[in-house]
Amino acid sequence: MDGVHDMGGMHGMGPVEQEENEPVFHGEWEQRMFAMNNAVSALGVRNIDESRHARERMNPGKYLSSSYYEIWLDGLVRILSEKGLISEEELSGEVPPKPFTGEHRPALTADAVDPMMDKGATYTREDGKPASFKVGDRVKAKNIHPSGHTRLPRYARGATGEIIADYGLHVFADSSAHGDDDPQHLYSVRFTSRDLWGEDGHDNDAIYVDLWDDHLEASND
Amino acid sequence: MGHNHKHSAPLPETVLRVKSLESLLVEKGLVKTEALDALVDRYENKVGPRNGAQVVAKAWSDPDYKARLMKDASAAIAELGYTGAQGEEIVAVENTPDVHNVVVCTLCSCYPWPVLGLPPVWYKSAPYRSRVVREPRAVLEEFGTHIPDDVEVRVWDSTAETRYLVIPERPEGTEGLSEEALADLVNRDSMIGTRKADSPEEAA
Repeated sequence: MDGVHDMGGMHGMGPVEQEENEPVFHGEWEQRMFAMNNAVSALGVRNIDESRHARERMNPGKYLSSSYYEIWLDGLVRILSEKGLISEEELSGEVPPKPFTGEHRPALTADAVDPMMDKGATYTREDGKPASFKVGDRVKAKNIHPSGHTRLPRYARGATGEIIADYGLHVFADSSAHGDDDPQHLYSVRFTSRDLWGEDGHDNDAIYVDLWDDHLEASND
Repeated sequence: MGHNHKHSAPLPETVLRVKSLESLLVEKGLVKTEALDALVDRYENKVGPRNGAQVVAKAWSDPDYKARLMKDASAAIAELGYTGAQGEEIVAVENTPDVHNVVVCTLCSCYPWPVLGLPPVWYKSAPYRSRVVREPRAVLEEFGTHIPDDVEVRVWDSTAETRYLVIPERPEGTEGLSEEALADLVNRDSMIGTRKADSPEEAA
């Protein structure tokens, strides 16, 4: 979706502000927010793309004025509410908590934390759509503006670049956020700064974007 | 208050809401408090940029390891015991006198957790995400990193699950140093690409 989260190339955001000796977490609430989001993953009720799409749907004004873990809080409450695990009324204490009867894996135990996080997830697949492109091909990023989730950033749409790597069959994030794996090839596409930004670009800069087969079309440019 | 500004205290409602959410999830049996404690401990105390620094130091010292790292970074990094969430598919990109790499996630906060730990606030901020794809050299100057015009800048936007690890250039005058001493020169930002590795004098 053309949300406020899709920030690449936007003007007016100001200087990058660094914090000296920044701690991993700024206070306990950030620790709990980070941990809850990961613990919920063990339940298997939502995938990473649904989780990202939930964050993208935060009110744009609030998104811009929120700190990062506030965005996580908003997204987690949204997706858990949509999946029926919790409700706003339960959260505010207006109604007592009801048990969640939907299908889910058991809650994460302390002993299972390291094995789960050491293992991670798998995003590659054995079978899927045949590759439409190969390394060295000139490709154009499609000019699409879906209302759902997409990992094709706005700044690359309509631009022509070159495929520099084929990472193989991957779950297609745009589909996965809406319930379908749709495995297809994922490529690293090199766009020159001039391709993307015209006169405002730099002759010696290039931007490499990971894009899926369905994001691309052949180009003779 | 915004995430493009310095980190400041959250509103009391936010803190309260996080507490309420935890209580609710625990009461429903969906989350265990001890598991949350273990997750915090893992990312606060065990997984951080020191892991990535070991990888870089080994690549600087051992040409065979470096060759494996450039070919299949996830496997080479797993040799040192660093694996897992947000680092399932790592690609290493090497800085040279002719090429300078820098990493961003313009859409959210994708970052190679197993080697760098959790990202700093600036990496997830609107200014960095919006600007580094468009004017990387200006952003790098704000980190005190000057890239001459004739050096190519490559910006890697982590739009998928591939995570990028920058292998900074090995500083001059470090020929005799052990891997352990070399790792001390590898600061976190040098593995994102916003800074260079420290010289022995800077690290001392």
